[in-house]
Amino acid sequence: MNAEVKKLHSAAQAVAKAQVKPPVMAKLLKNARRFVLQQCLPPVVIGALLLLVWQLVCSGKGAALPPPTQVISDTWELIVDPFYDNGGNDKGMAWQLLASLSRVAYGYALAVVVGISLGVLVGQSTWAMRGLDPLFQILRTVPPLAWLPLSLAGFKDSYPSAIFVIFITAIWPIIINTSVGVRNIPEDYRNVAKVLRLNGVEYFSKIMLPAAAPYIFSGLRIGVGLSWLAIIAAEMLIGGVGIGFFIWDAWNASRISDIILALTYVGIVGFCLDRLVAMVGRLVTRGTSQS
Amino acid sequence: MSHYLSIENVDKHFERDGVTSQVLRGINLNVARGEYISIIGHSGCGKSTVLNIVAGLIESSNGAVILDGKEVRQPGPDRSLVFQNHSLLPWLTVYENVALGVDKVFKHSKSKSERHAWTLHNLEMVNMTHALHKRPSEISGGMKQRVGIARALAMQPKVLLLDEPFGALDALTRAHLQDEVMRIQSELHNTVMMITHDVDEAVLLSDRIVMMTNGPAATIGEILTIDLPRPRSRLALADDPRYNQYRLAVLSFLYEKQGKVVEAVA
Repeated sequence: MNAEVKKLHSAAQAVAKAQVKPPVMAKLLKNARRFVLQQCLPPVVIGALLLLVWQLVCSGKGAALPPPTQVISDTWELIVDPFYDNGGNDKGMAWQLLASLSRVAYGYALAVVVGISLGVLVGQSTWAMRGLDPLFQILRTVPPLAWLPLSLAGFKDSYPSAIFVIFITAIWPIIINTSVGVRNIPEDYRNVAKVLRLNGVEYFSKIMLPAAAPYIFSGLRIGVGLSWLAIIAAEMLIGGVGIGFFIWDAWNASRISDIILALTYVGIVGFCLDRLVAMVGRLVTRGTSQS
Repeated sequence: MSHYLSIENVDKHFERDGVTSQVLRGINLNVARGEYISIIGHSGCGKSTVLNIVAGLIESSNGAVILDGKEVRQPGPDRSLVFQNHSLLPWLTVYENVALGVDKVFKHSKSKSERHAWTLHNLEMVNMTHALHKRPSEISGGMKQRVGIARALAMQPKVLLLDEPFGALDALTRAHLQDEVMRIQSELHNTVMMITHDVDEAVLLSDRIVMMTNGPAATIGEILTIDLPRPRSRLALADDPRYNQYRLAVLSFLYEKQGKVVEAVA
C-alpha cells in the first residue's frame, strides 16, 4: 500500500517535471513526432508491404529470384564486412563502390569545368552558339556506351576510357543549362554592370555566375545522375574493380542475391549523389532564384 | 544659364528587317548644374530612350550628349541610374549591393574603411540601415527602391537618372519616397533627370518639366518652368493656385494637345 502511494507520487512528480520542461523542448519533440509520422512512416509502410509481396511471390518452389530473406542470408558476409580485400577483384562492397565513385569523381569534375566554360562561351557569344549548338545537339543524343569502343581505341587503356565515358555523358546537360542561364541574365543586371564598368573578370564572378547559378546547378544535378547511370554500364564492359563489374561477375557466377544487394547499394549511392549536388546548389544559390 | 548637361540634336531610329522607324527627332535640351528635370509624356513616346541615350546604354543615331564638357559615349558611374524595377542583385545583401558600386568607383580614391563608411552613410540617407544584411527578397518594394537610390547616390554621379523610380509603388509609399528624394535633393543639390508619367510627381519635384510629343519621331513639345519655392510641401501646395496652374498646364498638354493622336493610334 505504502509502496503504491510512493509510486503514484513519483509518477505525479514525473508529470510535473515534464510540464516544467521549457516550451522550446516540447515544441521540438512535437515537431520530431510529426516529422516521423508524416515523413518517415509512409515509406516504411510501403517498403514493408513491398518486401512482404516479394517474399510471398518468390518463396514458392521454382521461383527464378530469391526472396528477401534468402538475399540477406546469402549476402550476409558481404553486408557485415564491406572492407575485406582478398586481392584481385575479390574486394568488399565498399571498395567496389569507392572504385566506381572515384571514376565518377574524375570524369564528373572534368565535365563540370569544361561544361561550364563551354556553356559560358556559348551563352555569351552568338557566333559560338551558332557554330557549336548543332554539334552539341547531335552529340548529346549519342548513348554513353556508344563512346566506349571509340575511347578504348583512343586511350588504349580501360581506366581513362571509363572516365572519358563519364565526362562525355555528364557534359551535355551542364553545357546546355549553363548557356541558357547565361543567355537569360536579365538585361537590368547587364546594365548595372555596364554603368559600374565592371571588367570581364568582375562581370564573370559578380554577375554572371551568381545570376546563372540556378540553371548551372540544375545541369550539374542532371549530369551527376547520368554519370552514375553510365559508370555501371561502362564498368560491366571494361571489368576490374567497380560495382558495375561486380554485378556482371555475380551474374556470370549465378549469384543472384549479390546482384540484388549491389543494386540496392547503387540506388542508395545514386540518391545520395543527387541530394549532395542539390544541397550544394541550394547553399550556393541562396537568394538567387527569387528577386 | 550654364549648360552642365546638354542634349544636342539627338535623333534615334531603329532599323529592323530593312524598315526604319524613327523614335526621336531633334531633341535639344540644356540642363544646369543642380537642376531637377522631369520628362513626361505618354507611354511609348521615347522618354526612356532619351534617358538611356544620356546613360550611354543606347547610342543616338545623330547628335550628341555632352556632360560637363565631355561627350557621352558609353555608360559610366558619372551617370548613375535608378531603374523602375530596382534591379538590385538578389544574391547580394542591401549593404553589398551598395558596396559593389562604391568599391568599384572609389577603388583608388578611398581607403577600405572610408568606403565602408561611405556605403553606410548613403544607406543612412535613405533610412535603410536597419536592413543592411537582408537580401532584396526580404524587403518591401519601397525599401528596394530606397536601396536603389542609395546605390545610385553613392557613386557620386554628375547626373542622377531616374527611370520612373516610383512607378511600381503604391500611392502612400510613393508619396513618402518623393518626400525623401526632395529632402536628399535639398542637401546634395544633384543634377537629376527623371522620367515619370505622374503629373503631380513632376510638378512637386521638378525645377522644369519637359513634355514630349507622341511618337513616332517624338520630340520635345513644351518645357514648363516650375517656379515654386523650396522646400515644397505637398499639403501646402494642394491649395496653391500656382501649383494647380502648373498641373493644369501639363494635363492640357498631355490630354488636349497630345491626347487625340493616342486615340487615333488606339
